[in-house]
Amino acid sequence: MASNKKYWKSVEELNENSSIVETLRNNEFVEQIPVDEFLGDNESLSNSATSRRDFLKYVGFSTAAASLAACEGPVVKSIPYVVQPEEIIPGVADFYATTIADGFDFANILIKTREGRPIKVENNNLEGAKTGANARVHASVLSLYDSLRLKQPKIAGKEATWGEVNAKVKASLEEANSQGGSVVVLTNTLASPSTEALIEALKVKYPTVKHVIYDAISESNALDAFEKVYGERALANYDFSKADVIVSVGADILGDWQGGGYDAGYANGRIPKNGKMSKHIQIEANMSLAGANADKRIPMTVANQKIALVDLYNAVVGGSVSKNTEIVKVANQLKSAKSKGVVVTGIDDLDAQLLVLAINNAISSEAFNPNDAKLTRKGNAKEVSQLVDYMKAGKVHTLIMSGVNPVYTLPNSKDFVDALKKVKLSVAFSMKEDETALITNIAAAAPHYLESWSDVAIERGHYSVAQPTIRPLFDTKQFQDALLTWTENSASYYDYLKDFAANTIVEKSWNQIVHDGFATSEVLPLVMNEVDFSSSSSKLAQVKPAALELVLYTKTGMGDGQQANNPWLQEFPDPITRVSWDNYVTISKKDAERYGLKNWNVANGGMNGSYVTLKVGNATLNKVPVVVQPGQAVGTLGLAFGYGKSAALKQEMQVGVNAYTLYNDLTANQIVTVTKEEGEHEFACVQLQKTLMGRGDIIKETTLEIFNSKDAEVWNPIPMVSLDHQETPATEVDLWTSFDRTTGHHFNLSIDLNACTGCGACVIACHAENNVPVVGKSEVRRSRDMHWLRIDRYYSHEETFNGDVELKEGTSGLMDSVNTLSDMEDPSENPQVAFQPVMCQHCNHAPCETVCPVAATSHSREGQNHMAYNRCVGTRYCANNCPYKVRRFNWFLYNKNSEFDYHMNDDLGRMVLNPDVNVRSRGVMEKCSMCIQKTQATKLQAKREGRLVKDGEFQTACSAACSSGAMIFGDVNDKESQVAKLVEDERMYHLLEHVGTKPNVFYHVKVRNVK
Amino acid sequence: MKKVGNHKSFSKIFFSLALTLSFSLSVFSQDSVPTDAAAAPTTGGDPVTGKALFNANCAACHALDKVMTGPALRGVAEKYDIEFLYKWIKNNTELIKAGDATALKIFNENGQKAMTPFPQLSNADIDNILAYTSTTPPPPPTPNPGDVVGKTGGDSGISNDVILGALSLVLAMLIVMLFLVNNVLTKIAKANGIEVQKDEKSLPIWKAFVKNQFLLVVSAILFLLFAAYFAYGFLMQVGVDQGYEPIQPIHYSHRIHAGDNGIDCKYCHSAARVGKHSNIPSLNVCMNCHKNISEVAPETLAEGNEFGVNYNTEIDKLYKAVGWDKTSQAYTGKTEPVKWVRIHNLPDFVYFNHSQHVTVAGVECQTCHGPVEEMEIMRQYSSLTMGWCINCHRETNVKVEDNAYYTKIHEELSKKYGVKQLTAAQMGGLECGKCHY
Repeated sequence: MASNKKYWKSVEELNENSSIVETLRNNEFVEQIPVDEFLGDNESLSNSATSRRDFLKYVGFSTAAASLAACEGPVVKSIPYVVQPEEIIPGVADFYATTIADGFDFANILIKTREGRPIKVENNNLEGAKTGANARVHASVLSLYDSLRLKQPKIAGKEATWGEVNAKVKASLEEANSQGGSVVVLTNTLASPSTEALIEALKVKYPTVKHVIYDAISESNALDAFEKVYGERALANYDFSKADVIVSVGADILGDWQGGGYDAGYANGRIPKNGKMSKHIQIEANMSLAGANADKRIPMTVANQKIALVDLYNAVVGGSVSKNTEIVKVANQLKSAKSKGVVVTGIDDLDAQLLVLAINNAISSEAFNPNDAKLTRKGNAKEVSQLVDYMKAGKVHTLIMSGVNPVYTLPNSKDFVDALKKVKLSVAFSMKEDETALITNIAAAAPHYLESWSDVAIERGHYSVAQPTIRPLFDTKQFQDALLTWTENSASYYDYLKDFAANTIVEKSWNQIVHDGFATSEVLPLVMNEVDFSSSSSKLAQVKPAALELVLYTKTGMGDGQQANNPWLQEFPDPITRVSWDNYVTISKKDAERYGLKNWNVANGGMNGSYVTLKVGNATLNKVPVVVQPGQAVGTLGLAFGYGKSAALKQEMQVGVNAYTLYNDLTANQIVTVTKEEGEHEFACVQLQKTLMGRGDIIKETTLEIFNSKDAEVWNPIPMVSLDHQETPATEVDLWTSFDRTTGHHFNLSIDLNACTGCGACVIACHAENNVPVVGKSEVRRSRDMHWLRIDRYYSHEETFNGDVELKEGTSGLMDSVNTLSDMEDPSENPQVAFQPVMCQHCNHAPCETVCPVAATSHSREGQNHMAYNRCVGTRYCANNCPYKVRRFNWFLYNKNSEFDYHMNDDLGRMVLNPDVNVRSRGVMEKCSMCIQKTQATKLQAKREGRLVKDGEFQTACSAACSSGAMIFGDVNDKESQVAKLVEDERMYHLLEHVGTKPNVFYHVKVRNVK
Repeated sequence: MKKVGNHKSFSKIFFSLALTLSFSLSVFSQDSVPTDAAAAPTTGGDPVTGKALFNANCAACHALDKVMTGPALRGVAEKYDIEFLYKWIKNNTELIKAGDATALKIFNENGQKAMTPFPQLSNADIDNILAYTSTTPPPPPTPNPGDVVGKTGGDSGISNDVILGALSLVLAMLIVMLFLVNNVLTKIAKANGIEVQKDEKSLPIWKAFVKNQFLLVVSAILFLLFAAYFAYGFLMQVGVDQGYEPIQPIHYSHRIHAGDNGIDCKYCHSAARVGKHSNIPSLNVCMNCHKNISEVAPETLAEGNEFGVNYNTEIDKLYKAVGWDKTSQAYTGKTEPVKWVRIHNLPDFVYFNHSQHVTVAGVECQTCHGPVEEMEIMRQYSSLTMGWCINCHRETNVKVEDNAYYTKIHEELSKKYGVKQLTAAQMGGLECGKCHY
């Protein structure tokens, strides 16, 4: 700002003719700089023995000496154990079964440890283990090494000891007890029988204790509905492998709907067997993973979804017929499937949830079994809002929180913060000094799940145990241990848990449960209550449409946002939008045009977008970036939770906007108004190409009808090329002479596009296994992401991909082709979607190998394309010559570099690195190695034991992480192996087969059940 | 005994002979059983047989003059009744159970540690053992002149210096004599009036060299070639630490452990069998033996002098690190992990797995690590360069016997290559990705 004000430094300046001011103005320095003292003394200068030339000689000599000295190797110290634990052998990995239960993700998993450090999450493949690990679970091992974790308990922001904390809490509990003040224990869904028993014990000792369960992402309505019908607060469980017709109304069954974990069962029914596969109809507003995988997707506003659900209900129970022909068709298919059908819904409404239970009961769906209901959500939205009211009224004396961050996740967070001031003592057990822990009286440092004991009931009749895999890194204490102290129980939680498990489970010994990670037991069947479903149906039918609906959802990468400081998850591109490092509002093309919103690409390859302001009730959210989403139902917007956090977060991770502020009444469906804002947002989107433009040979797909009735050459044709002016199958043409590959191992990776749901667990598993660096938002924007494995997502331009192929084939003439093709860059309003995981294809005739000037990349006899990093000089010819674009270049040094302040920049974060895989340096090309460290280790083990390798032993990180069975890895020379059978399958094809690269990764044609 | 080698001087041999003799007379006398009948105990056993029996049965837990797992045993026969000792040694637990007062006293005095019963020993055997334990201790070794002589004799540097000094003196005298002779001759010549011929002033050799273009070019080429050769040699050894022999925090002698005592390498470096690393043994492995071996034998101690090391203080360093109290024979719980200097450092971009070579291929440790059993101080024996690896892979046959993993692949591959025995290279051991990932 320009200003005419005159600033003066001393009173003297007011005197206009002051000589001092004049002198000072002319002399910048008050005292003369004593230049003469060191330069002006000409005599000593000329007499000095050191001339200018000598000086230069010294410089030269010392530089040379320094560089010579650098040739000497450093002294490396090696410190062995004083007493080596029996089970630890340096260089040999140990696996421990444990269970993650962070209130949002629940899964039985294995933890790979090296020298006592957990470094990777693997699936627990024992029969009966629940839910495969998703991307977040795979990434959770890095959250253990988060440098911003709360390292010791704090009282009023000052470091304290656990003794002080316990004394303070106990005193407060006693005071509350004597005064009759209420004590509230606010936790996330613990699903831990022993912890719940401990809270009960606390209630016995202090009768004023009340336990409130709060899920950041509420499933309250679904829980209420189930409780109403079956009398137990749980979530209905579904086994989609038993369903022939799956109708999902607004439920992202492949995402986080009801806690997720349905992929495996779903994928099982999606692989065509004996000419049959399940049919999946998705009716939804946002484009979800489930919608992307559906055979038929009907975009619909939530209001219309409710009516559709009522129509389905009526059709099943024999009521009035709908006017919507599409819904009639769906209802007919559902009815003809009889007990092989199933309906699920994600509409956040009690009546909708009740209707679904009614429909599944009416058709006696085999996929629906209330007896093994899920116990992973227990939250009660009403009690939570009541709690805030009580706190405001000063009725809560002591508030003890564990695993929740209401200041961040509550829509009425401000109320909560104000109300918290009226609470005498507030305690937050938290891994981070998050928004809540910052303002509570006591921030109790909680351990990571990999440092704690616990038990988890994921389902009825299922009991899991979580065991620590590392000693606590910091001065942390489990909530359970604190509860024991407060109830004056001198036992450690471990002993308590051991006794508890012995009393709960009789089928397995404690050691066996810890070894397996879980145990099962018989449960009493639930009895259905009399519920008036028709009143729910009529209530639901009275829904009034809104001008614009907001559907809040969780992203595959971020979930509820508790792992926001995890760089792997931040850099994980969303499977649908392919945008990383952000959340954004998704909007249909029509609505976008209406509000003048758009996305455009800029010169550096980045995607930009407009901003909007969202208003829900009294809450506004400013500067929300916009992504135009094909398939988004007109009249709806989507926005993901988990972003916009700021506390205990590195600067780079503080991205996105906080959608929880719009989560009124903890309901995911809201009515919203939108206004455009100035400015443009810079996205980090890894895929700008949206459509296949009719290139049907990249993702080959067909319909079940054609698949069943026609020969493979119709739906899976081998591309023809011209050889000596004759059409020849591309597989028979060779530029090079082939080697005999029938001896020894020959590794192949099979990817079934029917089973792949695009969940991205493999992407994170690959990250963890191969020390793939995180590059940050601005580098991702420049297309310098380092993911060895990407999952391409394509939309169709027409209604279907087959339509695209027909459109492209149907063009004639140059102008027509050009126009059609440029049109085809735009996806349809309700496109078909296809996912394709792409990693290095390990071509037998690899184009990269022939152009490397230093032979840094070469082929092995076993089918792997090797990359010798220490030989690479970084010409990047290979990346340019790769038709699959899977090679990644290290533009910078990504480890120990403060410019890339992610996990590889601190000692703690580097503990997650896999010691068997090299950390690449700057200027080096890298790519998928087909997990050669794993195949080598498997071979070595077989050699040591003097036996052949069994099928299933060879695994890559991605194939081991794939819980849907889409990725199968193995040795094709072992004729009995699964992969050898898959390579002979009629659905098998290679990516860009006409190029003649003969890859060792192959895909299976996607079959859609459209009819 | 240590071998005596490379002794150049006669005196050295003489001195070491004297040293050996003096040692065997003074210090070794501890082991030699005195024949003095007066020292023999009343039991009338034979101390020589007794010593053998003691070493075979008792020495694991007992020493004569030192508390080990069990108490010191010298003079035990004088302390207790012989009948009691028979019973105690044969089955002490029974005695304790029976409530024998002496037995209980002993039991409680020694930390209530049960002693292994030896029912196989006859009374005569026990007599012999007790005869041995009752031998009088040797007088403490007094520093005798033999030691001093031995020490100076052991240092070969002085005698070498003397010889060299004498030689150079002789040479200097020769030069002086030649000079004098020359002077005398010239003087005689002058006196005789003989003209001493003066050399014609010819072209200086360097000028002649510069003028000869051919020679100049050839020598320049030669110079450059040599320079390049040495520069290449210098650059190639950068980062190659063959012969690296760092000083370790504890002077650990592989020569004594693997050589003299013949301990299998994999007893301590057990991870080499199953893992990637051949681990530096954790200190509890050392304590498997060193719980009982707190001092080395005197002759071993003497050997240590040669390397300027006192093995006993090195063992004390181990005790300090592991937190072992020698006197109370118990762990204190205070540990100080040892920071060894790592000798074999492969670059990070190389994956090497010991078990592949040790267990699968059956390669002897010495193939790569050299004669470790002769090394007093461990050093890097091989160059550990890639050329060295590759060379071995080219020359070594894969060990396929009794390994079902290799049966099929070896049969097929050897047919393909037309050889009987496949080398590691033919098996794919030269592929980049086998070691670099």
